Amino acid sequence: MSAQTPQPAPQPAREGARQPVLSVRDLRVRMGTPRGVAEIVNGLDYDVHPGETVAVVGESGSGKSVSVMALMGLLPRTATVTGTAEFEGRDLVGMSDAQLRTVRGNGISMVFQDPMTSLNPVLTVGRQITEGLLAHGDLPKRAATERAAELLGEVGFPDPRGALDRYPHQLSGGMRQRVMIAIALAGRPRLLIADEATTALDVTVQAQILELVARLQAEHGTGVIWITHDLGVVAGIADRVLVMYGGRCVEDGVVDDVFDAPAHPYTRGLLGALPARLGPELDAEEPPELVTIPGTPPLPTDLPPGCVFWPRCPVRSDPRCEREQPPLLEVSRPQVGGRPAGLPHRAATWCSEGRP
Amino acid sequence: MSAAADAPARGRALTAEVPRWRVTLGLLARTPTAAAAALVLLTVVLVALFDDQLAPAGPNDVDVQARLQGPSAEHPFGTDDLGRDVLSRVLLGAQVSLRVGLVAVGISLVVGTLVGTLAGFYGRWVDSLLMRLMDVLFAFPALLLAIAVLAVLGPGATNAMIAIGITYTPVFARVSRAAVLGVREQVYVRASRSVGASDARLLLRHVLPNAAPPILVQTSVSLAFAVLAEAALSFAGLGIQPPAPSWGGMLASGRGFLEQAWWMAVFPGLAIFLLVLSFNLLGDGLRDVLDPQQRSAMEAGRRRIRSRGKAEAAADARGAA
Amino acid sequence: MSGYLLRRAGQSAVVLLGVAIAVFALMHLVPGDPVRLALGTRFDQAAYDALRERAGLDEPLPVQFLGWIGSAVTGDLGVSFRSGEPVTMLIVERLPATVSLAAASILVALLIAVPLGTLSALRPRSFVDSAGTVVSQVGISVPEFWMGILLILLFAGVLDWFPPGGYVPLSEDPVGWLRSLVLPALTTGLVSGSVLTRFTRSSVLEALGADHVRTARAKGLPARAVLRWHVLRNALLPLVTVTGVQLAYLLSGVVVVEIVFAWPGLGLLALQAVQDRDYPVLQGAVLLFAFVFLLLNLVVDLLYSRLDPRISA
Repeated sequence: MSAQTPQPAPQPAREGARQPVLSVRDLRVRMGTPRGVAEIVNGLDYDVHPGETVAVVGESGSGKSVSVMALMGLLPRTATVTGTAEFEGRDLVGMSDAQLRTVRGNGISMVFQDPMTSLNPVLTVGRQITEGLLAHGDLPKRAATERAAELLGEVGFPDPRGALDRYPHQLSGGMRQRVMIAIALAGRPRLLIADEATTALDVTVQAQILELVARLQAEHGTGVIWITHDLGVVAGIADRVLVMYGGRCVEDGVVDDVFDAPAHPYTRGLLGALPARLGPELDAEEPPELVTIPGTPPLPTDLPPGCVFWPRCPVRSDPRCEREQPPLLEVSRPQVGGRPAGLPHRAATWCSEGRP
Repeated sequence: MSAAADAPARGRALTAEVPRWRVTLGLLARTPTAAAAALVLLTVVLVALFDDQLAPAGPNDVDVQARLQGPSAEHPFGTDDLGRDVLSRVLLGAQVSLRVGLVAVGISLVVGTLVGTLAGFYGRWVDSLLMRLMDVLFAFPALLLAIAVLAVLGPGATNAMIAIGITYTPVFARVSRAAVLGVREQVYVRASRSVGASDARLLLRHVLPNAAPPILVQTSVSLAFAVLAEAALSFAGLGIQPPAPSWGGMLASGRGFLEQAWWMAVFPGLAIFLLVLSFNLLGDGLRDVLDPQQRSAMEAGRRRIRSRGKAEAAADARGAA
Repeated sequence: MSGYLLRRAGQSAVVLLGVAIAVFALMHLVPGDPVRLALGTRFDQAAYDALRERAGLDEPLPVQFLGWIGSAVTGDLGVSFRSGEPVTMLIVERLPATVSLAAASILVALLIAVPLGTLSALRPRSFVDSAGTVVSQVGISVPEFWMGILLILLFAGVLDWFPPGGYVPLSEDPVGWLRSLVLPALTTGLVSGSVLTRFTRSSVLEALGADHVRTARAKGLPARAVLRWHVLRNALLPLVTVTGVQLAYLLSGVVVVEIVFAWPGLGLLALQAVQDRDYPVLQGAVLLFAFVFLLLNLVVDLLYSRLDPRISA
């Protein structure tokens, strides 16, 4: 998303009149470092609707994790967040820590990448679930324990009551991630953020976790932001995808649109690294490994003046690529009965190829 | 994230251009506390070298008329119970302290590193035997081990060096063993071995230079411990024997005159403190520059808390003795 | 768990045997006749023969060693060359003073280290952190006996709040006991506290950066709950180990501090034994110290495995 040409918010045509659960506009994150100011997130715009899954993809260092940590107010004090992020009508950016606390684990929950380290090794599973419940409601302790067992059952523990007294190290990686999901679901969130939640798991377990989240999402109508660098996961579970590079959104749209006709050379590079067409079953056997584009992403302290992808871009077809930031423009829009419908497919590139 | 990403790259670029020891010195000079500590140490060394020129009076110029006089222009640190100039004795005590410290740590360094390197390099029964021996030494509280050794050898400066040297040997053995174990399996060592290099050559060419940084850090910290230990032994009457000037011994005699002459105890103690503090600060600086991981491991003892971390915590505790 | 602890206990026993051999050998390396040396000017043939007889010095060395270690196991450490009293009794007499000082010191150390180390870690590079760093660096570098002297000069001399030395048994005069304890405990406590402050600071800093702390915050827990259950609870676990090591060191007699405060502890007993060439006493004391040191390490391991669920698995 370019700074100089703010785009009108994409209208949620598919969901009709339903309000988005989260509405992010021009989200930026800066962080002071010894080497200067790091521009980690540079203007993101997206909506998440109830029951919808938005995948945010990109290499590590693209700013995808930071962008969601910013929503939760989980960044260190050295970070400055600007823009707006309306969750159920309340702007998360600029909320006090006390206000954010009422949202965290209650309205918005998060599942992190590494289930080995994301759980406290010296507290029981039950305790780690109930403490969130107790922090948010004036539930009696007994009821919280009941609810914790219920949650563990919901995420697939065969003996939920017994599991309450287990310690994380007594569980496998997959089971730990189920605990993380149970913790996340405890507050019945309207938005679930999964930050590389299956990356550390082996493929069969990964598929089980994806299925679990999809089922729970369907049951509760939760909106999901799924952060990943695994395009196979995106194809399997996401409704829409947002490709991040150098802290910017370089392409977004409905998954099929983007995957069928990628407009940005970076997206094409990512997809080129993938085997044929994918689904969750297929990548269970053959996990696609990223990224075969030569070079490394730009440092957030030292972003190129033009297109962020320019230094690694194999195309560079336009003289503006080097100097001028390309705006995020509509590439196509699904047509229903001759009229535009649904969300547009947008890309930030000067490349003429791939455009209609 | 950017800083973290390119810091190692910067370090690599530097080491490629200039020798490692110069990089170390440069980085050290930019650490204010370490630089200040180095300056104090340099001063102490100079004092120790030129003490007879610097000291206004001889160590045993007794002047009973002028006994127990407070600090004045003539005697900036006052005089002791025999009328000797405290400043002169403090200046002359520097050499004793440094010499005992250096020789003692030299003994620990040579013996300990040898033991640790052999144990780490050969492993198996050599390792078990040597390290159990070190465990036995480690099971004694540091100062008491030194006292017990002195009980056998008899008091005196030379024996104090030996006693302190024995006491701190296990620490060096552990540090060097850990370092050697870390280096041993690295590719180039295996590569050299397959080419048919002899054990001695391997040790000298590959293993020891890489084990050097943690050993260097340990040396600086141990010097602090050794100076403290010598002072404590002399204070207890087992180290340097009077009337030779030693800081610990001066404190011991000053203890008898606390009410009349605070300066007798305060100034020698201050000298010990400054010297020890300098060695510690220099050691910290070296650790930051040479081996940041060791620092975090020593302080936090994360992964190795159960074995190494504890040993090092114990080493810290012993240093306080 | 029990397997691990058994193995650790076995290792400790081997080390203890090594210590016993070392102590025994050390004392028999002494040139000359220890009994004659110990008696010194009070030499008298009958006393000499009696002592040699009781100490079994006419037997071959291995027999002597087995006899010594055999009796040591039953709590008999021989008799003092000096006073003729049983070594065990001499040690037991000193225990209350030593235990009082060690316990009070560790209390002082923890009272300093836990708050100061935690605050420093929570506000890195703040005033508290800088002050804490300076204080702990000073505490690690200061000679204990000098610190003791400075405290005496200030609190016993200038202010006259506490006695400059001496030990008052708790059973005789609880208030006097406490007053006599303050300065020595402060001296050793400040030094031990400095070591522990450094440790606490880095341990808490590390815990603050742990992933599970982020999880706890993401749950919406109040900051206090995050700190207490997810930072401190984890960070202070390893402190148990280091505190144990410090306690072992304190129990082993802080000789120089005992000299400064004329504190009749085990350290002073050992030092007097050296000066008097009273080898049975020195042997017994040193063996006891090593035993206490190893035992405390074992206890700490046991405690740690109770507190950290990962280890009992």
